[in-house]
Amino acid sequence: MSHALKTDNSEGLIRDKALWMRRRALQMVFDKQLGHLGGDFSAIDILATLYFGVLRYDPARPDWADRDRFVMSKGHATGALYTALSAAGYFPEDWLDTYMAHHSKLNGHPNRQYLPGVETNTGPLGHGFPVALGIAIAGQITGAGYRTYVLTGDGEQQEGSNWEAAMTAGHRKVKNLTLIIDRNRLQQGAGTEETAGLDPLDDKYRAFGWEVAEISGHDYGQLLDTLGTPVGSREKPLCVIANTVKGKGVSFMENLTKWHHGVPNAEQFAQAMKELV
Amino acid sequence: MPVAAAETALRLDCRVAWAETLESLAEADERIVVVVNDSVGSSNLGGFKQKFPDRTINVGIAEQNMVGVAAGLANGGRVPFVSAASCFLTARAMEQLKADVAYAGFNVKLVGQSSGIAYGELGATHHSIEDFAWLRALGPITLIAPCDAWETAEAIKWAAAHEGPVYLRLSRMKVPTLDLPGRSFTAGKAELQRPGSDVTLIANGTTVHLALSAAEMLAGEGVSARVLNMHTITPLDTDAVIAAARETGAIVTVEEALDRGGLGGAVAECTSASHPVPVQRVGFPGFMPTGSIESLFKEFGLSPAGIASAARIAMRRKGN
Repeated sequence: MSHALKTDNSEGLIRDKALWMRRRALQMVFDKQLGHLGGDFSAIDILATLYFGVLRYDPARPDWADRDRFVMSKGHATGALYTALSAAGYFPEDWLDTYMAHHSKLNGHPNRQYLPGVETNTGPLGHGFPVALGIAIAGQITGAGYRTYVLTGDGEQQEGSNWEAAMTAGHRKVKNLTLIIDRNRLQQGAGTEETAGLDPLDDKYRAFGWEVAEISGHDYGQLLDTLGTPVGSREKPLCVIANTVKGKGVSFMENLTKWHHGVPNAEQFAQAMKELV
Repeated sequence: MPVAAAETALRLDCRVAWAETLESLAEADERIVVVVNDSVGSSNLGGFKQKFPDRTINVGIAEQNMVGVAAGLANGGRVPFVSAASCFLTARAMEQLKADVAYAGFNVKLVGQSSGIAYGELGATHHSIEDFAWLRALGPITLIAPCDAWETAEAIKWAAAHEGPVYLRLSRMKVPTLDLPGRSFTAGKAELQRPGSDVTLIANGTTVHLALSAAEMLAGEGVSARVLNMHTITPLDTDAVIAAARETGAIVTVEEALDRGGLGGAVAECTSASHPVPVQRVGFPGFMPTGSIESLFKEFGLSPAGIASAARIAMRRKGN
């Protein structure tokens, strides 16, 4: 089975998958009392769109040479990544019950040698983008048709390695690469703009030789249209600034830094599940 | 300075062997690419770039990106050789070496050029004497320091054929090609260069020919010194180390590196666990003062006389 591309039903399918991913991630984090729900919830609509409307892949052949690649640079958001990979068919749903258990394949940060569908090991910030760039350059060298997508957090953009990669990608016109920035405007300790301001991100990437699109990271139509743009229609790498809400979907988690790695108690869990319908 | 009989008169910069071997491998294997940090010239890769412009990826002066890109190229089915000054490749990109290469297990070849104190008077910022200790901490990376041009070529061929991360520690310092009968290179297997029963000199890289000369000097005093070329530090040939401890009872390690955490550290860990004997470690104690390669080698005992002196101390410590 090879998943592909947008259909007339894509938005409905993505909405269903995203809801399932939020509920499942919440369950995992509640059970283990560990995780990063705020960043999971800001990214889940992006991952659901990629895996159910954009990426070409075959979960039965995770090493298929021509698969589209998705690199989860914000590796702490494993609630989002693992639920997406399970929903996509890379591994059975019951593996999610082992989240961060002793010797589990579902480590707190993803490991490609533990789980199919993980393209590289991430966790320390600023790693996924250069690796994704290398994947995209390999595709350019060989003329392979695959596309490479990488998702970073917005606070993660403070790591200098991202700007090294941005410079190289712009210089080499690596147009088969799409960088998505999960722009929820909050990092672990405070707002990004109070910590080490990133704005104007769009101008920065344009100055580095990128095409830039700014969209809502929770609007499936916008996500599908932007992420599905044919590579042939541009001459530069594409940076998608996806404006998101940290903790999206659960009223008392939204836009609060404390839910970066906060975990719900039983009452909060029940309330959150009630809202995620 | 005494010269070992095995030394040929010709002293070579091993970067020539590195570049010729890589070009030849790349002719036959289109997956081979190089990734550099504005280091085409210093890596002697001008010829490679001319032959394979599309397979020469110069990311600019950006070592973190360089190593991350290499991991990605491996994900995309390429066999990347990252070539950069060892001091920057290791220290600047340490977390990428850890997470993107060692932990992720990508098939990336890392080539640390001008390692040790090859940059001489340029000073401690440009020396790479900590690299053995740092890389030893990243177990999945095979760590090799070839001793001459022939072994450099063999190590590159081995690395290209091996599936998994490898670090090749090369030098720009001219070293003699050793004329020893029946040489063969197997990663992880020490090369016995001279038999001996009183003490074992274990060296690698640019110091191997010095250990051979020291052994000849000691022979003149009636001391039978074994010489092991321990080109591979990870994985260490523990059988050869334990045999040396059992059969000669004293060991001297010699490396163009910090005197702890590298070859000497690895040998001492091995003997202390299996067959404790005196181990004298010849290397550098820390950041080097200003000086030429030759003057610093001499001052810190990386010379036939210095190694012979360490051997006498090791032998005196036997049984104490």
